[in-house]
Amino acid sequence: MATIRRLLDAVLGPLTGLIMLMAIYMVFMYVPTDKFQGIVQRIFYFHVPAAIITFVAFGLVAIASAMFLWQGTRFWDRLAHSAAECGMLFCTIVLITGPIWARPIWGTWWTWDARLTTTLILWLIYAAYLMLREFAASGDQAARYAAVLGIVGAVDIPIINRSVYWWRTIHPAVLVTREGGSGLTDPAMRATLLVSFIAFALLLGWLIWIRNESARLQDEVDHLHQRLLSEHY
Amino acid sequence: MSHGRKNHGLPLASAPIVPPLPVGGELTESSVLALLWKDLQIEFRTKETLASLLMLGLLTLLILSFAFDPMSELRSEAAPAVLWVALIFAGVLGINRSFLTERDNECMQGLLLAPVDRGTIYLAKVVGNVLFMVTAQALIVPIFVLFFNLSQSLVVLLRLVPVLLLGLIGFAAVGTLFAAVSVRTRAREVILPLLLLPLAVPVLIAGVKASARVLAGKPLADVSQWLHLLIGFDVLFLVVGWMVFEYAVEE
Repeated sequence: MATIRRLLDAVLGPLTGLIMLMAIYMVFMYVPTDKFQGIVQRIFYFHVPAAIITFVAFGLVAIASAMFLWQGTRFWDRLAHSAAECGMLFCTIVLITGPIWARPIWGTWWTWDARLTTTLILWLIYAAYLMLREFAASGDQAARYAAVLGIVGAVDIPIINRSVYWWRTIHPAVLVTREGGSGLTDPAMRATLLVSFIAFALLLGWLIWIRNESARLQDEVDHLHQRLLSEHY
Repeated sequence: MSHGRKNHGLPLASAPIVPPLPVGGELTESSVLALLWKDLQIEFRTKETLASLLMLGLLTLLILSFAFDPMSELRSEAAPAVLWVALIFAGVLGINRSFLTERDNECMQGLLLAPVDRGTIYLAKVVGNVLFMVTAQALIVPIFVLFFNLSQSLVVLLRLVPVLLLGLIGFAAVGTLFAAVSVRTRAREVILPLLLLPLAVPVLIAGVKASARVLAGKPLADVSQWLHLLIGFDVLFLVVGWMVFEYAVEE
């Protein structure tokens, strides 16, 4: 266990950095500029992988939450907490890069499109999740309450998505533009997207790893603290 | 639980309410009813929840009437939104109260000691919250109709009933679960709306959309899509809440 930990510590960071540099090079130097959207389309290689990674992270929160309620071990709670924090980071990136891209292409910063709205609600749910952890009276309580919210939130996301989708599509849509998903015919574009996605996935893995390790050390310190107290008093 | 002298003739929420059940009590109608009856009895004697629900609902209607001029052409557009905002705000308050009363005199302890499944407590609380909100709505909706000068016929207005009822059940299903959570945190009154409002987005969207169409004179069959969404939401979260409530109240 200790060797695996040391290996991950040594390898994960540099590997992530390397792939990220490669992704940045590909996005700005290698990939051709989009014919219709121009230079701004390059934000696509940050926006889309970040969006997918957000869902991966929040999915991880749901799984770890369910496992925590089932098994009750600290490991799953730490994982859920770390994944939620990292998911928030990527969700914020999505919500910032989205409008930057939308402004020149759609002519508006924000539109109540189903995906945009769902992402915003997702952000609000997991912001509340992190606040709930802060407001809980004890660590044990925080873990249980957060797990309940982690599960309910994940169950709710498909319904939210459905309701938001119907909400907008019943009205005539102002903007029917879909992001350039279908337009990636150039193999260089697909390769760049893939490398960028791997970079984001590694970044998520690395951040969760660091956050998880720091939470584990915190638990250990708490444990030692308790033991010291019980030995001396 | 013998230190309840100060509470002005309130029945202790943890008074022996449930007839002795076989150990490991199951979900039975009688235990849900007994728990519900306890909450209703407290409410009959204090009338606090209903009074505050009603007042907040009316005040929200008033404030929003200032925001959207009820005499303008836009009033029919704004009306369903105003009704639902009033309903949601009052609902958050009422649901919050349902567990605040259990905090006094350690009533929660007594409740948890009752020989019933935790899920049974949850269902009883949901039914209670729905009843309180429905009762408040029965007064708020007619006043809303007056305030906004709605000229729809009674038949049209009665079609709002299933929409409101399904919405309230879903709202109470999620709200009751997180009221039990938020009441034990450090920031009790603040945290419930933060948790509940984003989770209840489908209820709000479906409720506003369906109410708008119903008020526009469309038959219920026209909003069946939204009603199905609400039914799905209600069933799903009643089941999820029933299953995980145990973790929300565990000591």
